[in-house]
Amino acid sequence: MDAAQSSGAGVVTATATLDLDRAREVASRVVDPEIPVLTIADLGILRDVRIVGDRVVAIITPTYSGCPAMIQIAEDLRSALGAAGFDESDVVTAHHPPWTTDWITPDGLDKLAAFGIAPPGSEVTCPRCRSGSPRVVSRFGSTACKALMACSSCGEPFDHFKEF
Amino acid sequence: MSSEVVISGVPQGTPEAGPDPVRALVAHADDNLVLAQRLGEWISRAPELEEDIALGNIALDHLGVARALYTHAGQLEGMGRSEDDFAMRRPERDFLNVLLVEQPNGDFAHTMVRGLLFDAYQVELWGDLSGSEDATMAGIAGRALKEARYHLLHSSAWVIRLGDGTDESHSRAQAAVDALWRYTAELFAQATSGYHDIWEKVVGETLDQARLQIPGDPYQRSGGRRGFHSEHLGPLLAEMQWMQRSHPGLEW
Repeated sequence: MDAAQSSGAGVVTATATLDLDRAREVASRVVDPEIPVLTIADLGILRDVRIVGDRVVAIITPTYSGCPAMIQIAEDLRSALGAAGFDESDVVTAHHPPWTTDWITPDGLDKLAAFGIAPPGSEVTCPRCRSGSPRVVSRFGSTACKALMACSSCGEPFDHFKEF
Repeated sequence: MSSEVVISGVPQGTPEAGPDPVRALVAHADDNLVLAQRLGEWISRAPELEEDIALGNIALDHLGVARALYTHAGQLEGMGRSEDDFAMRRPERDFLNVLLVEQPNGDFAHTMVRGLLFDAYQVELWGDLSGSEDATMAGIAGRALKEARYHLLHSSAWVIRLGDGTDESHSRAQAAVDALWRYTAELFAQATSGYHDIWEKVVGETLDQARLQIPGDPYQRSGGRRGFHSEHLGPLLAEMQWMQRSHPGLEW
């Protein structure tokens, strides 16, 4: 950074051409590879986007420790930023404070339900028939963030995004 | 003896300098990596499909914690070691995991009892470390705490079901407690915050409910935190590290 700043007017010009709002917009449109109706902004995974020198820095927070989607998300971020003309970008992982399902936006919760995944919360309702008396089939589902449930009313199995 | 041991460039903590944070991070990471590898051995062999998925998910959680801790340890150490250097390029004697996690899976009761003993410990550990002054450590621990609570729900439910089940499941669960209890004191050898009492209460209540007895024999084994392992760690590492040992630097 110090070297870049002291290297003269060229760097200053380059910095000015990086549009932070646009970088934020591009980054926030990247979708979760497992739940493609949700963006990483909806999920609260994207913490911040900054311009540092001549680079875009996207800061993300892992959801579950073992979530393999984080690697894909970092790659998708770099490639989306690259396609939008931000040639130099870094994706930084921030562990603190830890992610919680409270960070999923209200819009994100609605999208989850519409996708057929019962959103996190104390009252789990069947995403199909809206009945409120499901039973747990397995605490561990198809991904780290989901449990498998079944509706006692319509009988259909469904995923529940676990409160975390 | 131990003050003369230097572990792969990680300076040993001295009484003057206090505990070495890099060494502590690596020890906790090793616990998680070795247990992840053990749990992974169940995949495709669990008693039912849901358990295959559950054990795979739990293994992934532990693997993720190990990766975050190794990366953080490497950054604190400042010698350029990556998570792969820690996981794949250290020999057995440099691993600092407790003996409990390297023990073979045995039968399903054995794995669930090991889970109970270890998960209850990790709930206390991460609860403690989530208040760490090191923000990255606190963040990793805060997330791992929620996962450990979930793992404990799973393992304790199974221990109760097996212990308080048929004669066969009861005797197998009791055999597991008898075999594994000797590895539990080591979990608390370096604990400073007195969470052994809470652990004993949680584990004791679950075993009570499961109609299982804590063995009367006070014999305890340790050594893992100093790099002295049982004969089971070597073969586990040989399998896990084989690719990097055969093709150094190989990437996907």
